[in-house]
Amino acid sequence: MKKIWSWSFAAEIFPDILKCLPVTVGSTLVAFVVAALVGLVLAVLLQTKIQWLRKILLVLVDLIRSTPLLVQLYVIYYVLPNYGLLLTPFVTGVIGLGIHYSTYLSEVYRSGIDAIPKGQWEAADCLGLTKLQTWLKVVIPEAIPPILPVIGNYLITMFKETPILSAISLIEILQEAKILGSRSFRYIEGFTIVGVLFMAVSLVASFIVVRVTTIVTRKYSM
Amino acid sequence: MSIVEVGTFLLKGLGTTLATVVAATLLALLLAFLVGILRTTRWKILNAILAIYVEVFRGSSVLVQLFWIYFVFPFFNIQLSAYVTAVLAIGLNYGAYGSEVVRSAIRSVPKTQLEACAALNINGFLRMRRVVLPQAIVVMMPSFGNLQIELIKATSLVSMVTLSDLTYYATVLNNRTMQTTTIYLALLIIYYLVTRPFAFGTKKLEKKLSIWRA
Repeated sequence: MKKIWSWSFAAEIFPDILKCLPVTVGSTLVAFVVAALVGLVLAVLLQTKIQWLRKILLVLVDLIRSTPLLVQLYVIYYVLPNYGLLLTPFVTGVIGLGIHYSTYLSEVYRSGIDAIPKGQWEAADCLGLTKLQTWLKVVIPEAIPPILPVIGNYLITMFKETPILSAISLIEILQEAKILGSRSFRYIEGFTIVGVLFMAVSLVASFIVVRVTTIVTRKYSM
Repeated sequence: MSIVEVGTFLLKGLGTTLATVVAATLLALLLAFLVGILRTTRWKILNAILAIYVEVFRGSSVLVQLFWIYFVFPFFNIQLSAYVTAVLAIGLNYGAYGSEVVRSAIRSVPKTQLEACAALNINGFLRMRRVVLPQAIVVMMPSFGNLQIELIKATSLVSMVTLSDLTYYATVLNNRTMQTTTIYLALLIIYYLVTRPFAFGTKKLEKKLSIWRA
């Protein structure tokens, strides 16, 4: 009978899986930057008083939030080449994941912006700041520190979404474990290692998020 | 093929998607309330075990859990069908998220309510059922609404363990006809339409339950 868990096999495949961890972490970080920037732009645009623009943006956000990331990735990866836009799996994954989560982050930014007292806007107006100055020097620096924990949570959530990118043939840790598994018909070690890696990195990431939040809050608190 | 024909072909997978959504939601709700309530009690050991469950399922990805159950369980001589695998993985995952919602909502019920219960000699199960939960559910509803949509979207992953849901039929049709644009556009629209009644339903329920707001 075959042993259920083989330590020697686990040790053998561990380096191969670990080699793909940078792909997982890298795609998370780049996608997070995309999500953070696009989300901020969305949140600022959604504050506009031009009603038709606001309506269109709201419908767009709703559409992106209500459809699965997997299907969106398929659209970017398989449909766009028909229109001459050929993207690598990594770029597709980063754009898909980034845009999907930007709609969530825009909601988070909005809650931060809404929490700013009206007096701050009026004060900026009194001091003769332009619209751009008001946003860059007053609103955004005040809005972001309180929502950092939530933004950090989304970073960790996005990290855990990266295995979906294996569906568009990006070789990240889950895909690597699957390939190794299909080669040897031993799946238990590979998938367990991947699960443990995800938990380990998530824990480290959540620790970093807490540290960064406390440092930034201390620096910017009034 | 026109978009309507593509749509009707894809709808063959709608039944599977909906069946997965409903069963996984029921399992997740059951787990969320069970684990969430038990974690507010003072039994230390049980609490620790449940905390491990929650952290394991929140700490790694749904797709990893799906693969783990699908590929690893047969080694323990547990043969599960793709459908049971899908419901288990998604139910357990969203149950873990939901239990945190339940737990924090129960925590948010003011302490004075519990003191009032003590004064009126309402204890244990009765206190939970008649005083704490009605107020906590109002707090839970918005988060539950979001989780419901997340769960529906997560079911698109079950196509990767060979369950023939909406996404699976889209891949099949795509391999056959290569009409990529129409197929995936139709799929996006179908998913959007599927989530609407759920979003509407939870909003309605939220309004209805808000009469319990203290």
